[in-house]
Amino acid sequence: MESLSNKKKVLEAKPLTLAEKAYLPAIVRGMGITLKHFFKKDVTIRYPEQKREFSENFRGMHSLKRDEQGRERCTACGLCALSCPAEAITMTAAERQPGEENLYREEKYAAVYEINMLRCIFCGLCEEACPKEAIYLDGDIVPSEFIRKDFIYGKDKLVEAPLNQ
Amino acid sequence: MSTFYVIAFLSIVFSLLVIFAKNPVHSVLYLILTFFTFTIHYILLNAQFLAVVNFIVYMGAIMVLFLFVMMLLNLNKDTEPGKHNLAKLAGVIAGGCLLVVIAGSLKALGKSEPVVLQNPDLGLVKNLGKVLFGEFLLPFEVSSVLLLSAMVGAVLLAKKEPRTV
Amino acid sequence: MELADILIKFGLIVVIFLISLVVAMYSTYAERKVAAFFQDRVGPNRAGPWGILQPLADGGKMFMKEEIIPNRASGLLFIVGPSLAIMTACIGSAVIPWGQPLHIGSKVVDLQVTDINVGVLYIFGVVSLGVYGIMIGGWASNNKYSLLGAIRAASQNISYEISMGLAIIALLMVNGTLSLKEIAEQQHGWHWNVIYQPLGFLIFIVCAFAETNRSPFDLPECETELIGGYHTEYSSMKLGFYLFAEYINMFVSSAVMATLYFGGYNYPGMDWVTAHVGPVIGPLIGTVVLFAKIFLFIFFFMWVRWTIPRFRYDQLMNLGWRTLIPLAIANIVLTGIIMTFFGK
Repeated sequence: MESLSNKKKVLEAKPLTLAEKAYLPAIVRGMGITLKHFFKKDVTIRYPEQKREFSENFRGMHSLKRDEQGRERCTACGLCALSCPAEAITMTAAERQPGEENLYREEKYAAVYEINMLRCIFCGLCEEACPKEAIYLDGDIVPSEFIRKDFIYGKDKLVEAPLNQ
Repeated sequence: MSTFYVIAFLSIVFSLLVIFAKNPVHSVLYLILTFFTFTIHYILLNAQFLAVVNFIVYMGAIMVLFLFVMMLLNLNKDTEPGKHNLAKLAGVIAGGCLLVVIAGSLKALGKSEPVVLQNPDLGLVKNLGKVLFGEFLLPFEVSSVLLLSAMVGAVLLAKKEPRTV
Repeated sequence: MELADILIKFGLIVVIFLISLVVAMYSTYAERKVAAFFQDRVGPNRAGPWGILQPLADGGKMFMKEEIIPNRASGLLFIVGPSLAIMTACIGSAVIPWGQPLHIGSKVVDLQVTDINVGVLYIFGVVSLGVYGIMIGGWASNNKYSLLGAIRAASQNISYEISMGLAIIALLMVNGTLSLKEIAEQQHGWHWNVIYQPLGFLIFIVCAFAETNRSPFDLPECETELIGGYHTEYSSMKLGFYLFAEYINMFVSSAVMATLYFGGYNYPGMDWVTAHVGPVIGPLIGTVVLFAKIFLFIFFFMWVRWTIPRFRYDQLMNLGWRTLIPLAIANIVLTGIIMTFFGK
């Protein structure tokens, strides 16, 4: 059929020249190329010892933040759990007792705060939803485990280390 | 001498196994072992060249092709052609004829005398070549013509006939 | 033969056997390292410094893995296959001269297990026997892919044996002997056969690649078409034997190529060196030179593997029958003409 656009380019299959038929020059050239790579510096890094820098908007493991006085910011409002598209976050709220003001900033706090890292898709919506700026996905890559249960991270793994340490 | 008897015993055992093996592939494998014992016989006779040629040509090439064909055949019980009574009769007659011929020739020859080589190094490449290309030049060349004709015949059989419509 | 001679021969056999096993073991490591370097990577570097213990780890893994023999495989032959493969690979090195004779005191020690009159043909025979391991294993697996791999291996080996033999015939015309020891001696100094037989060497090395089932002729184990080829059904150390046999074959064929075409233990100026360092160290330097050549060839095998893509099956057959055999015959005729008119 006639081409309308006239953009079609018909390729001619030229018969091979003798040098191309002999196949050896091509092999020699190819081996030259690979030999060049043999002496090139390798582009890989040795991962667990060396790490590439993450980009600035990388979203890794979650951490629950503390304020300037070292108190937990989270008030267990549940907005993060609500916003989570993967249903990965769950928590139990508790009331702050007198004498615990140096531990929790708000009167209500999360007694239990769990994230299932297998469910989490690291979208960062919890980060956006949080009114207290308590949760950030600024950690490392989630490490591997052997059983599924170990991927449910509690407060022991999520909360930031206290300030004075 | 004892080596000879061990090897001779082995060759007879393996050649019997060639006949009695149920599976044709096993049969071919026993045939290979038989040829291997022949190679050892040649070495015992100090015929190094013959030994190696037997090793390369019979064990290394011809038997590989045998095995090749056997592996490709579909050798199930139900594909085996039925044995007619006529075929059985023909087999018995042919076997009987062979027996008569062997017995007759053995009788005609009488007791075979042990072959004593005048030159024990006859089996080495140099001497063998001199004998082949000097004394036995004509039979040697005639046998090569025989091989050539066999090759031409094989090519003729393998070539497709032009279709006549 | 004296007891001392027998002991020396026995020691030599053990040493050569160990060397070929160690070389094969570290060839697996070298293969991975070389592949990594060709691809701008690092390669194995976890087991020991620079990953130097990697072959041991691999071997340990092979031994520990579960041994699986398929239900419908024919039991004994399934085991015979890999054993035969590794056995034929190991016996090939018996006729290779590893160096000039050592003169220790009044004793002359030959650095060759046996100098049989038909050394070249012996190697040829061992190579042609090697295919049985693959064929028997492939057939005994009772698997169509294994069978296809086995059949490919058989037809490939037979096809390339012919041109290999023809290439050797031209070499034998130049050297006039079938003994590897004499061939090595004739290449004294720099009179290497590759200078007189460049075309023959080219044919020989292509055939050597095909005979050892190395890439670009590794069709018997072509993953893209045959899963694993002849060793699809194999696991554990039986698989290890097959893989190991390939590397031993590579070592032996490198040694053969170095001996036949690249002067073996000879190097330019060897007389001068031997005269200066004595009759024990001198031949040993020759042995070191031979091993250097062998390692260069092994590197070349790997270099080709990581450069050239696999041939298609019909291309392989075309190359073997339509190109290499006529070339080899032309090489014989050419060698004959040159030898007749110019002498050697």
